Amino acid sequence: MQSLGLDVLFKGTNFLRLLEGLWVSVRISLISVVISILLGLVAGVLMTSKNIVLKAAFRVYLEIVRIMPQMVLLFIVYFGTTRVFGWNLDAEASAVIVFVFWGVAEMGDLVRGALISIPKIQYESAEALGLTKQQTYLYVILPQTVRRLIPLSINLVTRMIKTTSLVLMIGIVEVLKVGQQIIEANRRTSPNAAFGVFAVVFLLYFLICWPVSRLAGYLEKRWAA
Amino acid sequence: MDFGAIHEYLPLYRDALFLTMRIGWQGILLAFVIGLAATIILHFRIPVLRQLTSFYIELFRNTPLLVQLFFIYFALPKVGLRITPALCGMVGLGLLGGAYMAETFRSGLENVPLIQSESAASLGMSRMQAFRYVVLPQAVSSSIPGLVANVIFLLKETSVFSTVSLMDLMFTAKDLIGMYAKTVECLFLLVVFYLIMLLPVSILGSIVERRMRRAEFGS
Repeated sequence: MQSLGLDVLFKGTNFLRLLEGLWVSVRISLISVVISILLGLVAGVLMTSKNIVLKAAFRVYLEIVRIMPQMVLLFIVYFGTTRVFGWNLDAEASAVIVFVFWGVAEMGDLVRGALISIPKIQYESAEALGLTKQQTYLYVILPQTVRRLIPLSINLVTRMIKTTSLVLMIGIVEVLKVGQQIIEANRRTSPNAAFGVFAVVFLLYFLICWPVSRLAGYLEKRWAA
Repeated sequence: MDFGAIHEYLPLYRDALFLTMRIGWQGILLAFVIGLAATIILHFRIPVLRQLTSFYIELFRNTPLLVQLFFIYFALPKVGLRITPALCGMVGLGLLGGAYMAETFRSGLENVPLIQSESAASLGMSRMQAFRYVVLPQAVSSSIPGLVANVIFLLKETSVFSTVSLMDLMFTAKDLIGMYAKTVECLFLLVVFYLIMLLPVSILGSIVERRMRRAEFGS
C-alpha cells in the first residue's frame, strides 16, 4: 500500500478534504443546472418562434456554444471582464455565469426538440377546445414535454459535473487542486502519493456520475413510449 | 486593441494551433479505432472482453477528460508507465473518444432493422460477412451525425491539454496573459484560432447531416 501512496488518503483529514473539493465543483454544477433548466425552458419556447430576428439570434448563440470550448468562455469571463469592464468577478461567480450560458443553450435546444416532436394535432385539439395559447402550453404541451425532458436534463447534470472540473484553471480549489496540495505536502514521506490520490479522484467522479447517468438511461427507456 | 501585439503573437498561436490539431486529430483517429473495436466486441458478445469493454465505456463516459489526463500523466508514472505529454494527450483523447464513439456506433447498429441480417443469412452469408457487407455500412451511415458531433466535442476537449504541459492554444493564451498582460488581444486571438479550428468542421458537419436527411427522404 505504501508504495502506491494510498496511505496518504487516510492521513489526517485528507480524504475529507478531497470530498470537500469535489463538493465545490458539484455545488457549482448544481447551481448552474437549476438556473439553466429554468432559463432553458423559456429559451426553448422562444426558439420555436417564427420571428426571424429571434431565430437568427438563437442560431448564433447556439453556434457559439457549440464551437467554443467552455474553457475559452471561462477565460473570457474571468480574465476578460476584469480587463475590459473592470468588474471584479470572483472565480465561482464567473464559473456559474459560463456554465449557465452553456447550459441554457443545451437545455433550450432540448426543449425545442421536445416541443417540435409533439404532434401538431395536440395544438389543434387544444385550440378546438377553446384553450388560449398560454393554456395550451401550460396544460397540454408542457406536461408532455417534461416527460421527454427529464431523462435528458438528468444527463445534462452529469455533463455539467464533468465540465466543472475545468474550474481548476481559473484558480478555484476543487478536488484536483486539493489532490495536488495533498501530494505536495506529502512529497517527502510518500513520493508515490500521486497514484493513490488521482486514482481516487478518478473513481470519485465515476461514483458520482455513473448512478446519475444510469438513472437517466433507465427513465429514457421506461418513458420511451 | 493593440494590433502590434496581435501581429507579434500570431506565430505563437499558429504553432499552438498546429500542435493542438495534430494531437487532436491523432486522438480522434485513435478514438475511432477504439470505438470500432469496442463495438465489434459488444456486437459479437465476446465473453470476458465484453464485460471489460462495457466497464471501460462506462468509466470513461462518466469522468472528465481533465481527471483522466491527470491520472495518465501524473499517476501512471508512479507505477512505471511514463509517457510524453503529446502521447498522453493523444491517448487520453483516444480513450475518452473511444467510449463516446462506441456508444454512437452502438446506436447506429441498433438502427439497422433485424430483417437486414436475417436476409443476409438467408442469402447464405456467414455472420461475419453479413456484418461486414450488410449491417456495418448501414450502421456507419446512420451514425454519421453522431460521429460529427463527437469529433466537434473531442476537438473542444483538447482545450484541457495545457494541464499536462502541452503548449496548446489555452497554454499559449494563459502564458502570454501572464507575461504581458495584454488580456484582450490574447483572448481575441484565442477565440479566432478556435474558430479556425472548429468552424470548418461544424459547417461540414451540417452539410453532411443535410445530405443524410435527403438520402433518407429519397428512399
